[in-house]
Amino acid sequence: MRMSSVWLTRLLHVTAVIFILTVNTLLFARNVMAAVPDSELLTPLAELKSANFSKKEQVVTDLSNLDDDRVIPILSGMLEGDLYYSKNAADVFVVLSSIESGYQAFNVMTAESTPDISKRDYKKISVNNSLRRLLRETLASLQLRSSNLDTRIEAARAMMKSDDEGNIKPLRQALQKEQNETVLHLLAVSEAMLVARHGESQERVAAIGKLKGELYPEVRSLLAGFLIQRNGEFQEPDADVRQAAADVLESIEDLVAFNKGIENVYFGISLGAVLLLAAVGLSITFGVMGVINMAHGEMIMLGAYTTYVIQQLMPNYIDYSLFVAIPAAFLVSGAVGVVIERGVIRHLYGRPLETLLATFGISLILQQAVRTIFSPLNQSVTTPAWMSGSLEINGALSLTYNRLYIILFSLVVLFTLALLLRKTLFGLQMRAVTQNRRMASSMGIRTGWLDALTFGLGSGIAGIAGVALSQLTNVGPNLGQAYIIDSFMVVVFGGVGNLVGTFVGAMSLGIANKLMEPFAGAVLAKILVLVVIILFIQKYPRGLFALKGRAAED
Amino acid sequence: MKLGPVTQFLMNDRAGKYLLSILLAVAVLVPLMNLTVPEGSALHVSTYTLTLLGKYLCYALLALAVDLIWGYCGILSLGHGAFFALGGYAMGMYLMRQIGERGVYGNPLLPDFMVFLNWQELPWYWSGFNNFFFAMVMVALVPGFLAFVFGWLAFRSRVTGVYLSIITQALTYALMLAFFRNDMGFGGNNGLTDFKDLLGFNLQSDSTRAVLFFSSAVALMLGYILCRSIVLSKLGRILISVRDAEARTRFLGYRVDKFKLFVFVVSSVLAGIAGALYVPQVGIINPGEFSPINSIEIIIWVAVGGRGTLYGAIVGAVLVNYAKTYFTAAFPELWLFFLGALFVISTLYLPRGVVGLAADLLEKRRSLGAGGGASVQAEPETPVESPQAAVADDSKSSKESEIELSTN
Repeated sequence: MRMSSVWLTRLLHVTAVIFILTVNTLLFARNVMAAVPDSELLTPLAELKSANFSKKEQVVTDLSNLDDDRVIPILSGMLEGDLYYSKNAADVFVVLSSIESGYQAFNVMTAESTPDISKRDYKKISVNNSLRRLLRETLASLQLRSSNLDTRIEAARAMMKSDDEGNIKPLRQALQKEQNETVLHLLAVSEAMLVARHGESQERVAAIGKLKGELYPEVRSLLAGFLIQRNGEFQEPDADVRQAAADVLESIEDLVAFNKGIENVYFGISLGAVLLLAAVGLSITFGVMGVINMAHGEMIMLGAYTTYVIQQLMPNYIDYSLFVAIPAAFLVSGAVGVVIERGVIRHLYGRPLETLLATFGISLILQQAVRTIFSPLNQSVTTPAWMSGSLEINGALSLTYNRLYIILFSLVVLFTLALLLRKTLFGLQMRAVTQNRRMASSMGIRTGWLDALTFGLGSGIAGIAGVALSQLTNVGPNLGQAYIIDSFMVVVFGGVGNLVGTFVGAMSLGIANKLMEPFAGAVLAKILVLVVIILFIQKYPRGLFALKGRAAED
Repeated sequence: MKLGPVTQFLMNDRAGKYLLSILLAVAVLVPLMNLTVPEGSALHVSTYTLTLLGKYLCYALLALAVDLIWGYCGILSLGHGAFFALGGYAMGMYLMRQIGERGVYGNPLLPDFMVFLNWQELPWYWSGFNNFFFAMVMVALVPGFLAFVFGWLAFRSRVTGVYLSIITQALTYALMLAFFRNDMGFGGNNGLTDFKDLLGFNLQSDSTRAVLFFSSAVALMLGYILCRSIVLSKLGRILISVRDAEARTRFLGYRVDKFKLFVFVVSSVLAGIAGALYVPQVGIINPGEFSPINSIEIIIWVAVGGRGTLYGAIVGAVLVNYAKTYFTAAFPELWLFFLGALFVISTLYLPRGVVGLAADLLEKRRSLGAGGGASVQAEPETPVESPQAAVADDSKSSKESEIELSTN
């Protein structure tokens, strides 16, 4: 129970961070730090030219008390020994950095960069060790005091990596002033880590206790570091510290394992979403028309290739390409579906086994057509920038955006489809045909026309699934085949012609697959799922959500 | 199922008589033309052709097995390649054990791939396979047992139609994934190959190949006679009634699941034997044989040849595989287009396959020659096809019966 409550707290934290980050971006303009007049900066800077180190220390302190964004680059340049002043002009201070063709000067007052300057025109402002230490502390506390929240979070996060005892003081100062929850938390963790390293025995044990439940990799490696043995002896002499570290580490590892579990479920849901997209069209065509469409996988493939073509057509607008590809794939696959229905399937109604064979033939033709037109090799589809990267929930759990978007997308598609079936005339007629074809026909519904549209709809959705799949896997002629058997399993498992069944089927298969993977391996997990379904069919030959009543025996 | 009907049907079955005569002639003549006719003579059959024809004969036996269940019992198995491959693997395991110390690593006990994987001892399921008769029993037993378990589960709970087709496909797909794994102990990706000899005879020699060819032809003939006697027996009548009206047959008091299970197991054993004859001739067995597309290709052989005729399946298997050999050599790009088109055309326009088409043409010619009235005479060439022979079924709900009615 405690484990989950800690996790919940983390989750709340993250939600808060996301919210604040968003607000922060929106209000970006207000976050620019107020600048002081140039003279207030230049006076102390001029004093740096003198060789007296104790005077320089005074200058650094003065500078750090100024409320100006330009101070941080000056001090960090100075720390690195890259701060120079011009021999020729007064009031010109630059940070030099080497570039390919020589040196580049960054003017700290105007923030302008001048490439290819002669280093001889400048003189270095020298620093010594005690000055360096002061600079480091000052910089740390400056960044921690920054009015920009992002800078503060970044600085606090960077603190976790530091092993510098001198950082404890600025951290404690910042802890007292800080208002933001997230930053406070990061600061407290960093402070505890530093104390755990450098404090007195009792302090260290207390500090390690504070690290309980922290999933940051730095925390874990710090604690694991206390437990390292070399030549039979512990690197860490203090037994109390070792004990505390071992306890805390164990609880953290439990939490990490829990998060891995969550991540597996997430992968399972995203696989389920993919299966859902792939199977939902199949479920419609089979449910309404009794057509097992073996070419369904190739409709998915066509959708993926449509995405590829669209990206080739608009190489400069990759970020928007998917929004064009989704309707395009729907139309392409849908149109091919209508052609197949009118050309072949129409003649085979009521003969499911023949339909199965004919559509399989079509799938072979489509595969070979794609091989001939494009190539037998996989094509690369680019992932738009907004889909790459991942959402960090905590130190041990991050969710990739592309899968997140695909989960959302599959739900949107499912919801839209449900609306279409429930709330439109087309859906009404479609359901009428499902329930009683002859009666529907007698009521004036053009069943032939409706069949073509329904098949087109199912195929079009497969095309949309192809767009989603192109973001996850390779786009090649065999793309469809890889998913067709799984899609059938979903439909058979969930029961035909039933959106809820398809949803439950897809999600259970996806999650079962991914949960078994860690200890059974990917292939064995898949085999196990297939075997379970084969056994399941024995018990429920019509699936989990079988149609009941008269419709069931058709 | 007694031998009585065998002699009886040979009297009635004109197509069967032709088929068996041709097969016998092929079984004797082709090896002779390979072994005794000197090279360069117009009548010489090269070893390549002999092996190719031997392969076709194995495929034909496989097609026969599928036609027995699909054509006569309405079970569309999309996983029959699995039984074929299992039989092949059983044979392959025997052949692997025969290699002995002649392998690359020279290990007297372990096949090369196990040495390569650093295995120390033979897995338990490999023991016994050095004995030919044990291996031959396994060729029939392994596919038969799998078919029994699978069929028992499926037919008992009345999984029928496309559902059955899809789970048979899932079965072969699962087996394919499993056999691709190295730790299954069947050579993983590469399968079993590099065979040296069978019962002490070198597999590369022409005479061994001729004997294998002869055995395949004999197996096909025996298989045909077996299937034919099954479908002509009372059991066969019940199978046809299951195909045409399963529910009605059940209500008449027959245990439909038992009949289906019996014929499914027989069919899988035949497929296993076909696989066992196939492997020494082509010299390799790998998990690709389990792939769903292979199984579905078998269906198309039967569909092209003519479903529910037995000899049609044999004709179809030879025709389609000859086309495949030709196309994949001459126009490799076009083969899948051709195969795909075959699926569509044969289901749309050739519901009874090429033998059905031939029968129609023959009948038309005869009825023209006889002045129209005699067409009834031509019909009972294939008694099972006639609606009178099948349990008549007027229920529109049975899709299978609609095919029969519409095509007759």
